[in-house]
Amino acid sequence: MGSLFEVVPADTQDEVPRRRVTVTVNGTPMSAVIETRLLLVHLLRQAFKLTGTHMGCDTTHCGACTVLFDGKPVKSCTMLAVQADGHEITTVEGLAGPSELHPIQEGFKEEHGLQCGFCTPGMMLSAKALLDRNPDPDEDEIRWALSGNLCRCTGYQNIVKSVQWAARKMNPQQGQEVSE
Amino acid sequence: MTALDEIKIGGLGASRRRVEDNRFIRGKGNYVDDITLPGMLHMEILRSPVAHARIVSIDTSKAWAMPGVRLVITGETLAARNLAWMPTLSYDTQAVLATDKVRFQGQEIAAVIADDPYTAKDACEAIVVEYEPLPVMVNPYQAMEDGAERIRDDKENQPDNVIYDWEVGDRDGTERAFAEADLVSKIQLHYPRSHPSPIETCGSIADFNRATQKLTVYMTTQAPHIIRAAVAMVAELPEQMIRIIAPDIGGGFGNKVPVYPGYVVSILASILLEKPVKWIEDRTGNLISTGFARDIYLEGEMALRKDGKILGVRMNCIADHGAFFSDAQPSKFKIGLLHSAFACYDIPAAHLTARGVYTNKAPGGVAYRCSFRVTEAMFFQERMVETAAIDLGMDPAEIRRVNFVRDDDFPHRTAFGFLTDSGQYTKCLDLGLEAIGYDTFRQEQEEARKRGRLLGIGISTMTEPLGAGNSREFDILGIKMFDSAELRIHMTGKALLRTGARSQGQGHETTWAQIVAHELGLPAEDVTVEEGDTDTAPFGMGTYASRSTPVAGAAISMAARKIRAKARKIAAHLLEVSEEDVEWELGRFYVRSRPEQGVTIQEAAMAAYSNMPDGMEPGLEAIAYYDPPNLTWPFAAYIAKVEVDPETGVWDVLRMVAVDDCGVRINPMIVEGQIMGGLTEAYAMASMQYITFDAEGNCIGSNFTDYLLPTAWETPGFELHEVVTPCPHHPIGAKGIGECAAVGGPAAFVNAVIDAVKHLGVKNIDMPVLPDRVYEAIKTGKDVSGAPPVRTDG
Repeated sequence: MGSLFEVVPADTQDEVPRRRVTVTVNGTPMSAVIETRLLLVHLLRQAFKLTGTHMGCDTTHCGACTVLFDGKPVKSCTMLAVQADGHEITTVEGLAGPSELHPIQEGFKEEHGLQCGFCTPGMMLSAKALLDRNPDPDEDEIRWALSGNLCRCTGYQNIVKSVQWAARKMNPQQGQEVSE
Repeated sequence: MTALDEIKIGGLGASRRRVEDNRFIRGKGNYVDDITLPGMLHMEILRSPVAHARIVSIDTSKAWAMPGVRLVITGETLAARNLAWMPTLSYDTQAVLATDKVRFQGQEIAAVIADDPYTAKDACEAIVVEYEPLPVMVNPYQAMEDGAERIRDDKENQPDNVIYDWEVGDRDGTERAFAEADLVSKIQLHYPRSHPSPIETCGSIADFNRATQKLTVYMTTQAPHIIRAAVAMVAELPEQMIRIIAPDIGGGFGNKVPVYPGYVVSILASILLEKPVKWIEDRTGNLISTGFARDIYLEGEMALRKDGKILGVRMNCIADHGAFFSDAQPSKFKIGLLHSAFACYDIPAAHLTARGVYTNKAPGGVAYRCSFRVTEAMFFQERMVETAAIDLGMDPAEIRRVNFVRDDDFPHRTAFGFLTDSGQYTKCLDLGLEAIGYDTFRQEQEEARKRGRLLGIGISTMTEPLGAGNSREFDILGIKMFDSAELRIHMTGKALLRTGARSQGQGHETTWAQIVAHELGLPAEDVTVEEGDTDTAPFGMGTYASRSTPVAGAAISMAARKIRAKARKIAAHLLEVSEEDVEWELGRFYVRSRPEQGVTIQEAAMAAYSNMPDGMEPGLEAIAYYDPPNLTWPFAAYIAKVEVDPETGVWDVLRMVAVDDCGVRINPMIVEGQIMGGLTEAYAMASMQYITFDAEGNCIGSNFTDYLLPTAWETPGFELHEVVTPCPHHPIGAKGIGECAAVGGPAAFVNAVIDAVKHLGVKNIDMPVLPDRVYEAIKTGKDVSGAPPVRTDG
């Protein structure tokens, strides 16, 4: 911009403000030119076609849209995409390695930690953030860490078990061995 | 040759890990909003901010002028095509987009279709609607008053706000029972309005192709075939040109059974624009306009003998249906299966009256994790029994034992006329009481009370009718409530199974294959299950009311048995013996006199395509439509132990024991998952989850800040136990489980809180049992009602 302001005719419609953002998603830098009001969840789902991140409530309560933002869980439905510019985002699509599932994914399957599957990606990412900072959480710590993610199907008990299963798999020296 | 191990091949009783999880844990599910079609446009709905008002004008000119807006639809657009009103599943009509007036807050007024969803939302805000306010009624008793404003002035022959008066049972016999009673116990209850709130909201993508004339609709529906029929009738389109696809569904719980205005408008928009049109409801839209549940008032009376024997029951119910009577329920029963109440008790006489009322609230009355009002039935039943025990000064476990139908009394005709067929009620109750330590509890309670602590145990026992239903009594809009399965065995012995049901998290892709494994000995992993596409699946009534295993599951068995019968003929041909000499063991036919000589089911499948007997129709496929002979009747005993804080009214669940007898368990892991999910919804309804309104008709509960759902933090742990009494008429003895805990659970929690405070003179606190209500009850020693307010400013 050459000056601090520009005089325009009164009936000119405002240009919709746009900005280019670059976000590292699951380890890969991705760019888009977006309206600045675009929500992060829509950048991921609609621009980058990563539909594993779901949207359930629009108001930060249900947690279906949870992604990791520089490793911390955030609700992508109430974050602007421009706020993620230059940051690292992990979605459910980035959980598994090239050939094998993340232990949290395995745990959710083994312990029947999901039913309809809609809350599952956000739930697993909140669980990952927990296990990344606390490899051996007790039940209360797990329940507290997941309290920003609503599930209507499971009653949470098996989700807790799923996280415990993953914790054992990731840190076999802690707690009990993984039971087959 | 050793027989196959059924558990190893994933048959009946195997806690097989779920097939569908493989995509869900990778974020590769395919929900409606995940689907993008070429050229797809986006629709947003404008909703009424007021609860009752005449529409003076709707000005859409600003919306039309916005860049990116392709179409604005109002009620007038629809009226020109005779689509402004649509029929409901309860023989009423419902406005698609309002033309004359709005009748509840959140009612659909207009829709904008635009290039992107943000623009569509902006354009909705640019529509100017002028309203002329009318008196609002959110309490049915107010709506029934003389001279109350008529909500449904669109209907001829609707002089007031009463929808129906209905009765069932034996009025005279019940009168006599009350005349003979030692004691009459009475209670007034309100089962509050609730909302199923699956985490995925409702939505659709309508895609009309002008060239082929085919309409494809991706839709969040639990019953795609009913939707196809409804679209054919409402939109007058040829049914074979309509394809409804229910892809992965992010939870349903009854919320995704009805036909919603958003679906209808997206279809019309696609036809008008010849483009795919996507509509995804926001959470507020979901909470304030789609199918609510419950909202029934009860005046209950029980005629009792001194020894605890229940001689008769009277139930007078007022059901608040909101502005349109759109319950999704069998047509014969005006208030669902509310009269399934007291089915587990041997009661000589009972009588029920029900009145349905219009109010300025969202329509619905869906079966939220429930077989058509059985949640209310069992809650009322168990609260009435609890109250009777208090009035008699009797132990709440004992009064249930005294009145249970005995194990050797089946089949049993209930006081309201249902036929129950099996169960071990006392055994289930005693198992639960032992697990929770009931023997020593009363002493523990007394000692705790002396130290100022309030402990309580609440019992809820019930048998509920699942698996609607037999065609003599059950239909929706005249369509009989059977279900279907189509099984195709490929020549390599692999199989494709399709049913008329639609899983929304129940795990059909896993359990249905287990039924085939059980019937045919094919490994479950060799059976692919597909549901939800009306172009490929056989006609069925869908998944709700815990009917999938009782009805579609039975159809799978019957289809598999047809396959087995044909394979037997092929086996006899291959073994060169007569069919009568062929025996079956899991996965294999063999010659009776020479067991080592046999043909596996896979070998028979190959022969069906390559070496069939002369004159036999080739191939190995079967289709079965199953019309169940009766409902199924699982039983459950739920027992909660709570502690109430006398200073705050906050109550904590110390333990929750569940004993479920759902008959034979196909996949025990999944069954337990269903029970825990149901218990959580029971806890939710008992403790926090309700939709209420202020006197202006504003919905209090229009987002998850106000409509509270329990998180992992509040939700208690559950202790599960099982008893198995096979269903005598189901092909594999299963009874259904999806909703039992949500149906029977709420009364256990409420009874537990009442048990903790009943010594203060409190007999009832309406749900949700919020801390402030408990506090008020403790301080006043009086019952606390939860009915919504009556507007008093005229």
